[in-house]
Amino acid sequence: MEDVEEALRAALLLALAGDKAAYVAFLTRSGAHLRAYFRRRLVTFPNDVEDLVQETLLAVHNRRHTFEPAARLLPWLYAIARYKLVDLLRAQSPRQAVEIPLDDDGIGELIPADASPAESQRDLAKLLDTLPDRYRLPIVLVKLEGRSVAEAARATGMSEPAVKVGIHRGLKKLALLASTRR
Amino acid sequence: MKTDALIAMLAQGPLVVPRRAVGHRLLAAIAIGAALAALVMLATLHLRADLAAALHVPMFWLKLAVPLVVAALAIAALRRLARPGGRAGSAVALGATFLALLAACAVADVVIAPAAERAALVLGKTALPCVFIVAALSLPTLVAAFVALRSLAPTRLAAAGAAAGALAGGVGAAVYAWHCNEMTLPFVAVWYVLGMAIPAILGAVLARRWLHWS
Repeated sequence: MEDVEEALRAALLLALAGDKAAYVAFLTRSGAHLRAYFRRRLVTFPNDVEDLVQETLLAVHNRRHTFEPAARLLPWLYAIARYKLVDLLRAQSPRQAVEIPLDDDGIGELIPADASPAESQRDLAKLLDTLPDRYRLPIVLVKLEGRSVAEAARATGMSEPAVKVGIHRGLKKLALLASTRR
Repeated sequence: MKTDALIAMLAQGPLVVPRRAVGHRLLAAIAIGAALAALVMLATLHLRADLAAALHVPMFWLKLAVPLVVAALAIAALRRLARPGGRAGSAVALGATFLALLAACAVADVVIAPAAERAALVLGKTALPCVFIVAALSLPTLVAAFVALRSLAPTRLAAAGAAAGALAGGVGAAVYAWHCNEMTLPFVAVWYVLGMAIPAILGAVLARRWLHWS
């Protein structure tokens, strides 16, 4: 428990200082814990688990400025997870009272984490298709196919800075789209 | 999309975010709300005519202090409520104690006063305008605080909305105090508090709809 808290906190603090590798590690490990958390609560909707993991990671990303460096990380992370879970359950049964104990922060059942993601049901790739080419192509080529920026620039006829800007803006747009979808 | 791909995507953009974003955004909201309320007050109501003399009367400062204490406690609560998992904390108990104390002092004032003067002590001459003008002057801050909260991440929405409303009420009442001629504690304890309660309730009611973020 304390180990998880410390490791995740350290990784996020590094990430917030600009360390991309630490951020990937932080999100991956957080994702595993979130997966376990949602799986236990969505026994009747197992297909929604991976969607919720992704939505929560997206919310963590978009709201990372609300993390107080001096505060504990896990209560923050699970508060976001719970908020997303309540949203989902409300959307699925708007007339039914949704009962999740207020103090259910999930920290007690952190372990075992679940590191084996299923494919998300709602395909973010479909969202990608809604982006204009100047954003979509750089993301597909560089992020999904793993080509270099220079290769992507040659393949699309865009300049290298334009490819980088396209990736950056496109990812932002994508994050926005995905977070407003539900 | 696989979650790993999403994570790789998210790690691409700039990761660094402004430090102390919560405090700064709330402060900006207060500054904007207070400035707008002050402008409206100066333009439509004007400062009280005897302000220079009133500045020497302790009651003037006490009347200003009551809403400022409410606003300060509301900020303390809001700074916590603006973050995922944040609770109002001790500000609620402190606020309740403060209001109880204020009420006790007001009751004492009324009881001590001669029977013939009691009604005037409480009602003054501007009770109803006071309530509604305080509530109206709080609106700019309420809107600004809601805008700030939408960029943050409250998870107890009604509590965050109520705290934003109490903050707005405190700002509105503190601005109104520069116009208001009433100089009794019972008046402040009833009508100022009612005026601040309106935005607080409004904030709590509107929160579920307007503070929801995704």
